[in-house]
Amino acid sequence: MEERTSRCDRKVEIGRRKFLSGAGIAAAGAAAASVVPQRSKAAPQLARVAYPSNRLANIQQLKSNEPLAVAYPDDNAPGVLIKLGTRVPGGVGPDGDIVGFTTVCPHKGFPLSYNVSDKTLNCPGHYSRFDCENGGQQIWGQATANLPQYQLRIDAKGDIYAEGIDELLYGRLSNVLEG
Amino acid sequence: MTFKRHIGQLPIIPPDAKEHNVVCQFCIVGCGYHAYTWDINEQGATAPSQNKFGVDLAKQQEAMTPNWYAPAMYNIVKQDGKDVNVVIKPDPACSVNSGLGSIRGARMAEMSYSEARSTQQQRLTEPMIWRYGQMQPTSWDDALDLVARVTAAVVADQGEDALFVSAFDHGGAGGGYENTWGTGKLYFGAMKIKNIRIHNRPAYNSEVHATRDMGVGELNNCYEDAELADTIVAIGTNALETQTNYFLNHWIPNLRGASVDKKEKLMPDEPHAAARIIIVDPRRTVTVNACEVEAGKENVLHLALNSGADLALFNALFTYIADKGWVQKDFIEKSTLRTAANRPPLYPARGDSPAMPGHLTSFEGAVEGCRTSIEDAAKITGLSPNDIVKAAEWIAMPKEGGKRRRVMFGYEKGLIWGNDNYRTNGALVNIALATGNVGQLGGGVVRLGGHQEGYVRPDYPGPRPAPYVDQLLIDGKGAVHHIWGCDHYKTTLNADQFKQAYKRRTDKVKDAMSAVSYGDRKATVDAIVAAIKAGGLFAVDVDLVPTKIGQACHVWLPAATSGEMNLTSMNGERRLRLTERYMDPPGQAMADCLIAARLANNLERVFREMGKTDLADKFKGFDWKTEEDAFMDGYHKHAKGGEFVTYDRLRAMGTNGVQEPATGFQDGKIVGTKRLYTNGVFSTEDGKARFMDAPWRGFEAPGKEEESKKFAFLINNGRANRVWQSAYLDQQEELVMNRWPYPFIQMNPEDMKDLGVSAGDLVEVFNDNGATQAMAYPTPSARRKQTFMLFAFPTGVQGNVVSPGVNELIIPNYKQSWANIRKLASAPGAARATSFKSWEFSA
Repeated sequence: MEERTSRCDRKVEIGRRKFLSGAGIAAAGAAAASVVPQRSKAAPQLARVAYPSNRLANIQQLKSNEPLAVAYPDDNAPGVLIKLGTRVPGGVGPDGDIVGFTTVCPHKGFPLSYNVSDKTLNCPGHYSRFDCENGGQQIWGQATANLPQYQLRIDAKGDIYAEGIDELLYGRLSNVLEG
Repeated sequence: MTFKRHIGQLPIIPPDAKEHNVVCQFCIVGCGYHAYTWDINEQGATAPSQNKFGVDLAKQQEAMTPNWYAPAMYNIVKQDGKDVNVVIKPDPACSVNSGLGSIRGARMAEMSYSEARSTQQQRLTEPMIWRYGQMQPTSWDDALDLVARVTAAVVADQGEDALFVSAFDHGGAGGGYENTWGTGKLYFGAMKIKNIRIHNRPAYNSEVHATRDMGVGELNNCYEDAELADTIVAIGTNALETQTNYFLNHWIPNLRGASVDKKEKLMPDEPHAAARIIIVDPRRTVTVNACEVEAGKENVLHLALNSGADLALFNALFTYIADKGWVQKDFIEKSTLRTAANRPPLYPARGDSPAMPGHLTSFEGAVEGCRTSIEDAAKITGLSPNDIVKAAEWIAMPKEGGKRRRVMFGYEKGLIWGNDNYRTNGALVNIALATGNVGQLGGGVVRLGGHQEGYVRPDYPGPRPAPYVDQLLIDGKGAVHHIWGCDHYKTTLNADQFKQAYKRRTDKVKDAMSAVSYGDRKATVDAIVAAIKAGGLFAVDVDLVPTKIGQACHVWLPAATSGEMNLTSMNGERRLRLTERYMDPPGQAMADCLIAARLANNLERVFREMGKTDLADKFKGFDWKTEEDAFMDGYHKHAKGGEFVTYDRLRAMGTNGVQEPATGFQDGKIVGTKRLYTNGVFSTEDGKARFMDAPWRGFEAPGKEEESKKFAFLINNGRANRVWQSAYLDQQEELVMNRWPYPFIQMNPEDMKDLGVSAGDLVEVFNDNGATQAMAYPTPSARRKQTFMLFAFPTGVQGNVVSPGVNELIIPNYKQSWANIRKLASAPGAARATSFKSWEFSA
């Protein structure tokens, strides 16, 4: 379990810093802005979150079993793309082995790190582990959800797009934030 | 496929949502939560003024934020007959969990009964009765009348010993002070029922008679002590999985050194460092791994001893510590019995009596009686002598400057359901007493606990040792069986035999009922009574859901659970809280205490009709209308310090509540007790604690030694993180069943290879007691021929292979079970969707 490459660490670390810097800014300024309770208005709403289709990377950027730090559906939502090297459920690409996951633990929001030796994402907060080869199944841990996974599409140029997420991301009550 | 909810957003809690105090209804730790409820057609919004949190929810929230909830924390439930939104989320201000939620507690909302979202549709909503060959809904009046008539007929004819009872005695869901009092007043007050057993064992006994006999109540410290100890000793407990947030929120900070400041402030005159931990467990658990991650391997001593050898280890530690003189002479002098009684004649094979399988004595008497060399203990336990000495040093070698080492000893089912429970428990308490670690900061010798507690009842009228109820049922004894929140089919020993006998006996009554018109009450009761005389058994099951044992029962009565009723419990540091009712019970379900009261009312009526006024009069005093009535009749009047406690006062104390016993009411607050025995006065008549002369005597329960030699594999067993208790709710939760469609059995990969078994294959576990099935989970850290199987799971009951052997006090010995294993089938579809990777986090 000690064979993680430092490069991977750095990539995930970038995502982690991005996440932490974007988070936790208490919205005191915004507090003054709104006074009218929205619940008194009738507003038509979509039944499902409308996810953006975002290009995350090109297939050429992926190397087998090396996580690439990405963010989806916005810059404050860090994640990874991984070319696992073996075909898996939900995998895309010519080998059916490319997957994408959030790297924010759905238990308490700590940043996950990738373990290349068994292809899992691991949480230093409370020791939860998620299986990247099995739809982000929580192998062991405290989260009440398996790991949110990206719905991916690859176009003819090899560009990898994320177009949806299958569970609620930690720290937001809508996967797609307003504004 | 891995289960996903495909939920991308949740309704936002509006500022005016109602807030209710909630304590997790599951494990002993009792984490604080709040339930927020609001009208189904309303919702808050992201602007700070439009949500309960007062923050901008259009922004990503940070790690550990209180301003977020997972889909599992949300549902739509009924409140006063109307649909409402509910969010049940952990409370950051509760000192127990500081906002942490486990994979069990943080699913309370999703595990609630919801018609709108179709969750927990298995819940019983109406009384059900055996009619025309199947279970059919009926009214409370009809069901209670039948139960009362059959019960009264049997009691009048055969006496109260013919009424057998199985009843929870715990707190949290399916328990609480209200409901233990309700059932207790019925069976120990109005009646004097001796043939009664508890939810997880086949008799009415304590799991820890020994520590109580020694004068040391088993929940004697507070959770903060885990932050203050120099050394934590954890025996037969896998705290990360089974006392999760106690471990995460109080043990881990000490192992990381994050509580050193607190130690220095509270205990300024001695050196402090991060804690070390000794873990006594045959299995390498995720708890061991987490401790190594946080404290460094050099500060974690995992004593992976031979299963059942704990007593020999404790006696060697006690001997070594005593010989070194690392004991608290003043404490021993002032607070413990100083005169040794003579050993009983058949000692050490037998104790003072079957009720007292050890021998209570003085410190010196115990040192003499328990004397065990390091080398002998090493042979029995399989541990290295150096590790045993190291453990003794970590426990008792004085700190720099000669200061006493502060040690907290926590134990649970590995000891309780283990070999020679009584003496092993006593031998551990010996070490704590000798080193002065009871009633001190950073000390305690405590049960870590399973359920929360919630016990207040009239005294049990039966003997000690108590009758072995499950064996008596197998033997054809008992005529009527009332079951409250117990499922023997999943949670007893010798379960295969029990189920066969129980089905035979209850089928006789079913067949008799099917042979008469149900509408003819007299004919129905006569037919049941005649079937009972022919060896049948009439069974009534009070529960939240249809249970496995319920399949054999003739009446099901639907109970309410925590949050559907107001419910009080205390946790492992005796912290008493009130969970406020935030939703309606499903259908006609009622709180157990009120079911007990209505049953008592019906028994009174029927006895009066029978002209048995003397019997009828015993059932007076059950005119409760609400669970609060039961609380005031029970806890308020009968618990120690109960006179200071009311619902209103507890409500005001929130999720931090008060630590029992309450000692007063001042400035609008109930005053509690942080630690027990701080004055050195113990729970014996003379106030002096006892030591126990508790020598090793091998495998104590009948048949265990032979079984260990005859069968190839140890079938160690216990809980798993994701599953609460017998999975009575989890069995309908996709998050759980997707991961564990079958109970796992952790096996060494080499053993699997020898058996031709692959990951996920179903294997049969079998021995002379019975057989069961499990899903093979390759576990490299498992020792050869030592397996660990998930206990009490509905799709494979480990108790089927547990022998009937118990100790003198009828404590079962689930942990020491041996069996053979063979392949049944290659991994079925459900098992193919599960991961078989290591559970151990690595940084």
